[in-house]
Order: sequence, then structure tokens, then C-alpha cells
Amino acid sequence: MGNGTSIGRVRGLGSSHHGTHHWLATRLTGVGNLVLIPYLVISLALLTSYDYASVHAWLAQPVPATAMVLILLNTVYHARLGVQVMLEDYVHGEGGRIATWLLINIVPAAATVFGIVCVVRIALGGA
Amino acid sequence: MAQASSNRPLSPHLQIWRWGPAMLVSILHRVTGNGLAFAGLGLLLWWIGSIAGGEASYQTFIAYVWTGTTSRLAEVTSILGKVVLIGLTWAFFQHLATGLRHLVLDIGAGYELNANARWSILTLVFSVCATALFWAFVLMPR
Repeated sequence: MGNGTSIGRVRGLGSSHHGTHHWLATRLTGVGNLVLIPYLVISLALLTSYDYASVHAWLAQPVPATAMVLILLNTVYHARLGVQVMLEDYVHGEGGRIATWLLINIVPAAATVFGIVCVVRIALGGA
Repeated sequence: MAQASSNRPLSPHLQIWRWGPAMLVSILHRVTGNGLAFAGLGLLLWWIGSIAGGEASYQTFIAYVWTGTTSRLAEVTSILGKVVLIGLTWAFFQHLATGLRHLVLDIGAGYELNANARWSILTLVFSVCATALFWAFVLMPR
């Protein structure tokens, strides 16, 4: 069937034509992670103390705050792409597909916005 | 594809195929990636949120995840927290190594049998060593 028949096209079967973009976006965000996550990990490892004042002071600085926002955008998107691929492999049935589609779009978006709101509050001195 | 009502035999995969290094690191790439996505990002968001929430919320986070000093529940969760944190570091290094290996494979290199097996095993060696070194650095007094 696929998109070779009328019924196939109506049901949205066949190629989604989004695979190449998904593949490229995974690589792009992966490269982003290659820069951002080591920066985060090394910065945290180099902190002399992990009490609230030190950690807050570090995160409030412009470069760490920018890196954290970028991580929330880049890494969460990378994670979303990877989780999507896994769920596509293991979840079957129409109900599962709808649940996956809802989760895979709503949860990362909510997480990203929550994280950015927190970082902006910290960086601008509101928290 | 028919679902629950089918009584057609399934083709065995895990009981049939001999495990090789490339198979192992491939599924580890998926497992570590999804582990990082759920546990890692979850912990990161909790950490960021706890800092934005003020001194008390940050102390709650630290108590539940590492120190375990504030309550019986925190004592239990902090043990789990240490395991999760160390596990996540390993997962990150493993996912990083197999991810880089993916990039090399993307350009068409590294498919010869010996090289493929060797580099698969090297990702495992790298991740264990990097995890050990990282935690040695973080935990040593300085």
C-alpha cells in the first residue's frame, strides 16, 4: 500500500520524508552536545565547593547561563530525537502511536521551557 | 502487521545470534542514550530547578541525591542517587564514544571486521576509564 494507493495516501502510510532531517538533526545536536556537555561537566568538576552560594554564583554568570540554555535547547532536542527512534521501534498499535506522539512532543517542550525559565531567573538575579 | 491474535512463530534473535562487540555497543548506545534522556535530563532539570528555587530547595536536592542527611528517606535515596550519578557518568562517556564511532561509520570508514570489533571494544574501555578518572578527580580532596 504505502503511498502507492489512494487508501494508503489517505491513511498517511508510506514514507514520511522526515527521516533525512531527523538523521541530520541528530548529528547536528550531537556535535552541539560534544561542545556543551564537556563544558558543563568540566566546569562543575572544577568548582571548589558545591554549596548553594558557589553553584548559584557560577550559574548566574553570562557564559555558564548561556551554555545551560543552549544545553536545554540542544540536548533536550537530541534526547527527543533518540527517544522517538526507540519508541518507534518498540511501541506498536494505533493507541501507542498516538500516546508516543503526544509524549514525544509535549514533555521535551515543557522541560525545555521550565529549564530556561529557571536559568533566566538565576541569571537575571530573580532567584 | 498482525498483533496479539497471531499464532505465527516468531524468529528468534537473542537466542540465535552470537553476540559480538558491535552488537553490544550498538544496543548500549540506545540504552545509555535513553537512560541519559530520562534519568540524566530529569536530574539536570531537578538540579536547575532546585537552584532557582533558593537555598532550601537546593539543600533538599543535595540531601536526596548525595548526602542523605535530612531524613530516613533521604538516606535511602542518596545511596540510589550516588549509584545513578556514577551510572549516568558512565552512560555519558559510553554514549559519547559510540556516538563518535557512529560519525566515523557515517563517512564509510571502520566497517572492516577486525577494525570494527577493535573500536567497539575500545569504546567500552574508554567509558570505564573515563568514568573512573572523572570520579577520582571530583572526589579527591583539593
